[in-house]
Amino acid sequence: MVVTTSWYLALGAVLFSLGAVGLLTRRNPLVMFMCVELMLNAVNLTFVSLGAELGDLGGQLSVFFVLVVAAAEVVVGLGIIVAIMRRRQGATADDLSVLGG
Amino acid sequence: MLDLVWLIPSLPLAGFLVLTFGGKRLGEPWAGWLATGAMAGSFLATVGVFLDLAGRDVQDRRSVTTLFEWMPAGDLRVDVGFLADPLSLTMCLFITGVGALIHLYSIGYMHGDGEFPRFFTYLNLFAFSMLMLVLGDNLLLTFLGWEGVGACSYLLISFWFTDEANATAGKKAFVTNRIGDWGFMVAIFMTFFTFGSVAYVDVLDTTAAGTVAQSTATFIAVMLFVGAIGKSAQFPLYLWLPDAMAGPTPVSALIHAATMVTSGVYLLTRVNPIIADAADWVPTMIAWTGAGTALFAATIAVAQRDIKKVLAYSTVSQLGYMFLAVGCGAYVAAVFHMVTHAFFKALLFLGSGSVIHGMDGDQDMAHYGGLRRFMPITAGTFIIGWLAIAGVPPFAGFWSKDEILAFAWNESPLLWAVGLVTAVLTAFYMTRQVVLTFFGRHRFADPRSDEVDAVWAARLAGADEGVEAARAAVVDAEAALEVCRGAATAADEAAVTEAEGVLSAAVDALTAAEGAVADVRAAADVRPDLPVLALAGAPDVGAVADELPDAVADRAAHHPHESPWTMAFPLVVLAGLSVLGGLVQLPFSSTTKRLEHWLEPTLFHNEVHLSIGAGTLWVLAVIAVAGGAVGIAVAVAAYGQRRIDHTAFERPILAEAWRFDRKVSDFMGGPGRTGFDATAAFDRKVVDGAVEGVATLVRREAGLLRRFHNGLVRTYAVGIGLGAVGLVLWFLSRSSF
Amino acid sequence: MEAFVFLASAAIVLTGAVGVLTSRNPVHAALFLVQTLFGVAVLFVLQDATFLAAVQVIVYAGAVVILFLFVIMLLGVDRAENLGVEPIVGQRPLAAVIGASLMGMLLTLLLVATDGPTGAPGRTAPLGDAGDNTRRLGEALFTGHVFAVELTALLLTVAVVGAVVLARTVKGPMQPLPVVVVATSTEPADADADAGPDTAADEESEEAGDA
Repeated sequence: MVVTTSWYLALGAVLFSLGAVGLLTRRNPLVMFMCVELMLNAVNLTFVSLGAELGDLGGQLSVFFVLVVAAAEVVVGLGIIVAIMRRRQGATADDLSVLGG
Repeated sequence: MLDLVWLIPSLPLAGFLVLTFGGKRLGEPWAGWLATGAMAGSFLATVGVFLDLAGRDVQDRRSVTTLFEWMPAGDLRVDVGFLADPLSLTMCLFITGVGALIHLYSIGYMHGDGEFPRFFTYLNLFAFSMLMLVLGDNLLLTFLGWEGVGACSYLLISFWFTDEANATAGKKAFVTNRIGDWGFMVAIFMTFFTFGSVAYVDVLDTTAAGTVAQSTATFIAVMLFVGAIGKSAQFPLYLWLPDAMAGPTPVSALIHAATMVTSGVYLLTRVNPIIADAADWVPTMIAWTGAGTALFAATIAVAQRDIKKVLAYSTVSQLGYMFLAVGCGAYVAAVFHMVTHAFFKALLFLGSGSVIHGMDGDQDMAHYGGLRRFMPITAGTFIIGWLAIAGVPPFAGFWSKDEILAFAWNESPLLWAVGLVTAVLTAFYMTRQVVLTFFGRHRFADPRSDEVDAVWAARLAGADEGVEAARAAVVDAEAALEVCRGAATAADEAAVTEAEGVLSAAVDALTAAEGAVADVRAAADVRPDLPVLALAGAPDVGAVADELPDAVADRAAHHPHESPWTMAFPLVVLAGLSVLGGLVQLPFSSTTKRLEHWLEPTLFHNEVHLSIGAGTLWVLAVIAVAGGAVGIAVAVAAYGQRRIDHTAFERPILAEAWRFDRKVSDFMGGPGRTGFDATAAFDRKVVDGAVEGVATLVRREAGLLRRFHNGLVRTYAVGIGLGAVGLVLWFLSRSSF
Repeated sequence: MEAFVFLASAAIVLTGAVGVLTSRNPVHAALFLVQTLFGVAVLFVLQDATFLAAVQVIVYAGAVVILFLFVIMLLGVDRAENLGVEPIVGQRPLAAVIGASLMGMLLTLLLVATDGPTGAPGRTAPLGDAGDNTRRLGEALFTGHVFAVELTALLLTVAVVGAVVLARTVKGPMQPLPVVVVATSTEPADADADAGPDTAADEESEEAGDA
């Protein structure tokens, strides 16, 4: 069988869905973050696949920037999580509901 | 001179403005003289314009003077302008002339009243509104005057508003008029919709050219008729006119006899092309409404005791004649009767006001009698007015009423019969009024039934007190005897016997007192009832004749007096006009029919021509005179010579005006009130409820939606997820497979 | 050959993802994440994106995940989460629905639709082969997109500064987390929710991250 682009895209779709489900389901903020990473990876895979199909470097270029931003995001996000988690041991995402209406 | 037509309404308006701001300072009597002067000036201006118009050729006798543009609103253009043509000037002449006389009269009548300046302020405002009504060159200006006279009528009827009955009468007049005004307004809307303009020149010329559909003309005519019956007090909207007698008598004379109530007839005459173009049943309806109202009101007037109420119902009846004339196509006859009616009815009202003034405010004819010796001028002029309204030739009323009856015969003999019966009744009740007031014995010195009752009640009370005293004496005597018996020994026989004697005397006194009470009661039971109208002789008051209160003697000593010259002079002038008024339209030949020629340009050839011969006219005239004579004779026999029992005519149901007013009040209080409450409840619940319901709905929805904002990140993440699913779904829907 | 590699990598990726989802211990989850990242790197290599594959391993797997592990160890959040309980009503079903529909629709779009949602191809630079990849990427970055590169540098600087600020130790006693009653299911709170010393329902207190 020839591996076409749509295989990669399908894999990316599945990975993205799994990441979404995980984000909605898990309560531990760090695991939720990891699920976000999963989704970002799925997107990266999609970008690269399409870039390869269209014969353009733009896909890989986008992935480069996604990578950078994801890294920065992880840094800041973990800093926030540290700041919150230090107050209370074992806090989950459900405990931060001050903005409820 | 024609250019000065604007002076005619402006002078009363100026009088009104001056009196509004400076009336209190002017005070009595200068406020009155100012108002009268304004009216007199207006009359002179009217005469000037009239002479100018009369001097022109027939086809030139219509002139529109525009003052300024009032409402330029899209397609609607309404100007303030005056239409000076024969009809409006005829109205202006008698409005300003009779109005000026009534202003003069009021100076004497309202003498001593604390609110003297306010009266003349309102009178001048009324005159201004009425003149705008007849001089306006479009329906809207007429409506302005229409509403103005309605408002002034309210202000003047409830002039003495501290008495609540007067205020209620004013409100009743205003509200009843309003019902008619609705009709007028709808007619104005329809007119604008049909003709694109409300000016008489456009509307009437277009209608006369025959380009209007019959259904449209019928609708407009019917709506204007509704307005007319409200203002001119025809059945069923006549209810306010008898109650309006609560106002001062000059008001009744000016507004409810001579001018305001004739506005309905004026309006219908003005729009005669529209009536001519309407369906055939419209004039028939007008005629029958008029005739029916005339008869209805005449029957009621027969049994009234208040001198002004008789005249009020008489006015309704005479207005019915005018409507009858309009319905028969006899516009000239209607206007003729309007003019003569203004003369003699104003005369009668002012005369009755003079009588009331002389009797110090007493309006009940049962207390009058024989007043011609004390008020000769009033009596003389009143008699002339009586002869005019009764249709006695050669007074003015005969010519105008006869003209109407001729046209009624031309239309339908049945209408003529109704008119004839009404004429007989008119003669009857007016004669009754004259005889009761000015002839016969003086009844003002008679004791009244309430006074006699008071005396009998006092006697009875005194006798009862005597019985009480006697009873007390008996009780005391018995007690004394007991004391005697108990305290004395057998030796004190004399004291006991004495005490027994005292007791028996007290018992005898008690018996006598009880006997006296029984005597008084028996005498009271058999005492004769005072007659309502003591025509024969002084009423027999029985045994209490010498115990009557002082008020009776005061009345006997204080005779009624004649009125001052400010009141007598207008009476004389109006009497002269009532005699000579017939000259404008004598039916003998074409040259004597001056009014008809004069009014020709306003009639657009819609005047019906009599198809009956001169012989028939003579016969009808003779029958009418004979009928009037019969009415007069019967009234004289019943009230003057007492050969017929007068109570046979004065049935209670007539005195209560066929109880129609009460039926209307009951309806309005019962089902009417239910309807009003239902409407108010509908407004509260549905209309307001809808508005408030929107707010409640929003609040409740917001309350429901609040639950989604629980502050949890994962819930918001679900929301984002659902949004993403939606987005992909949309893409899916756009792709092909 | 390529198909075999693809399928193997796909299996690695997916098992890693599922592992992240279902691990109770966050350290296990981090390790499963590393597995996924490696799988994706292999797929990058398959597509001749060699530079990206390398960066993926070095930065993502090598730095980001290590950062995760550091935080887990620092905060002691390695306690197992009770996966059997779901406090928010309806969350799991909704998550399942969203995931399933997303997967289904995306797959449909990608595999079944005839004109799928790929727009007009842009032209950044031509793609070379595997060996040339780094050079071409570098050229494209530092000529046409140098401004973006500088911005990312700024972004990273800001991120580092932010992290330093956020993670500072605070002098004095720390404010407790505000406790808010939330409309969740009536099941007993999971073991992670600590009803410890701070039970004051102080909704207005700010998290005083700065003294």
